[in-house]
Amino acid sequence: MTIDNTAVDTAALRLDGVTMRFGSVIALSDVSMHVDPGTVTCVLGDNGAGKSTLIKILSGVYTPSDGNFLLEGNKANFSSPRDALDQGIATVFQDLATVPLMSVWRNFFLGNEPTKGVFPFRRLNTKYAKDSCKTELMDMGIDIRDPDQAVGTLSGGERQAVAIARAVHFGAKVLILDEPTSALGVKQSGVVLKYVLQAKERGVAVVFITHNPHHAFLVGDRFFLLNRGKMIAQYERADVSREELVRAMAGGAELDALAHEIETLTTD
Amino acid sequence: MSTAIAAGDERLARSSTFVRVMRRPEIGALMGAIVVYVFFSAVDTTGTFVGLNGAARWTDVAATTGIVAVAVALLMIGGEFDLSAGVMVGTSGLFAGLLISEYNIPVWPAIALTFVFAACIGLLNGWLVVKTGLPSFIVTLAMFFSLRGVNLGVTKLLTDTVRVADIDEGEGFESARAVFAAELWQPYGFKVAVIWWVVLTVIATWVLTRTKFGNWIFAVGGDKLAARNTGVPVNRTKIVLFMYTSTSAALVGIISLMRLRSMQAGQGVGEEFVFIIAAVVGGCLLTGGYGSAIGASIGSAIIGMAFIGIAYAGWNTDWSWLFLGLILFVAVLTNSVIGKRFSGGRK
Repeated sequence: MTIDNTAVDTAALRLDGVTMRFGSVIALSDVSMHVDPGTVTCVLGDNGAGKSTLIKILSGVYTPSDGNFLLEGNKANFSSPRDALDQGIATVFQDLATVPLMSVWRNFFLGNEPTKGVFPFRRLNTKYAKDSCKTELMDMGIDIRDPDQAVGTLSGGERQAVAIARAVHFGAKVLILDEPTSALGVKQSGVVLKYVLQAKERGVAVVFITHNPHHAFLVGDRFFLLNRGKMIAQYERADVSREELVRAMAGGAELDALAHEIETLTTD
Repeated sequence: MSTAIAAGDERLARSSTFVRVMRRPEIGALMGAIVVYVFFSAVDTTGTFVGLNGAARWTDVAATTGIVAVAVALLMIGGEFDLSAGVMVGTSGLFAGLLISEYNIPVWPAIALTFVFAACIGLLNGWLVVKTGLPSFIVTLAMFFSLRGVNLGVTKLLTDTVRVADIDEGEGFESARAVFAAELWQPYGFKVAVIWWVVLTVIATWVLTRTKFGNWIFAVGGDKLAARNTGVPVNRTKIVLFMYTSTSAALVGIISLMRLRSMQAGQGVGEEFVFIIAAVVGGCLLTGGYGSAIGASIGSAIIGMAFIGIAYAGWNTDWSWLFLGLILFVAVLTNSVIGKRFSGGRK
């Protein structure tokens, strides 16, 4: 249960006693965590646990009220998501990652368009963009039929996969995934989890934020449990079984009480 | 995923050139233009609609509509409306006219000041939309009525009439008229505005489909939050589009001023919907994120053919508004059917 948070200097990202207050509301209280390159770090929490606030701090939307946010050992200094992106922190939001009406290659290079020629004749290098989009997706194991097809025609899992591949391609050191599987069916979730592992194998520090301990257990190397704004537990993969994780996530005794309650209801 | 590869390749093979063409946003407008052209050629009583004399007439209407409609289309793809685009034609014509006739500023500097002024109005529209977060429909509707009042008020105040005249006494009028209002290719008398229209359509199409900025236009209209999350400067993109719309309205205002040598205070009012109709007929979605510049130009050509065609058919020109309404409805219905059948990517 205890992990030495101070000795490791190789962490891609580290939060040290971070607190976030909105007026009198304390959304996060004294949260510490760290994320190593080439690992998947899962942050588990139920609704209202503070996951969204945590994502917004990591992706540069909020600056913490208290505590330190270190990026590769240096104090992070973001004023916007664009800053965070420039410093290698890419966030894939659940529904807000791609533009459905635009083609796959246009989405893939959105905000980082490759150009050729000199101003005023500078233009998109469409051939390079389409080819490298296709090869890059293929390298991640995503086979799209045609880079010209609209992202809206892809399945939910493929859309998430395109967003993940995009972040990896543009050199993200830290990849933050906001509930990437929560809107997906079992098969599609599997597709996304596969790309999470692909990103990890490429040395990316992945932060996987979810309320689903089963999905987390499939890919996670380290688990942090968030509840009511506090980090209540940490596990290394080797030290925890799936059942323990599910129980801890559901609040152990609370789950027992709930199970008992349901049981009495159904037997009545 | 891997099991879908074989099926996927089959699907790619089925996506023939025909389907690719049918997928283009402007295809409905192009088919509509052919139908409208054939129809008015058939009902023509003067025998000139088909020839170059007729073409010189309808391309003129198409050009003065299309110059602004292309800008309005880009703005709509970027997810916003500009209802002040019509009245801006009048405002900028009056602004240039008053500078020339009341303040004796030479014509060319007056034109330059007018473009700067129009860009500022566009900047104000865009800034108000992105800062207040109000729908652009409301912001530009307010701008529309404000400018409509200002046009009448200021013109009456300065000239005691509702028009600005005597522009041709300004220094440099003839050279400006040659650039903005000349007639070419006699004896047919094509207007130089047609060249402005074609050149601006080509540039707008290139910017939209081949540049980084064009990619941003689709993105901010398609999904503003996704665009922002990937680092697209959403506000700057929208403001630039508002500025492009107001300056293109100013170009049409200056074209009319140079052509008529005067300007009525009510000029341009009502045109804003004609621009939007041209853009929508050309395949732009009202919800943003989809459309084409060339489509808006084809839409403008349809409007030009309808206005001139109705006059050539010997019908009362009051009917053109009915025709415009029908074209709008049929075109949007066709686009929607084609879109569903051939793309699947449109929501």
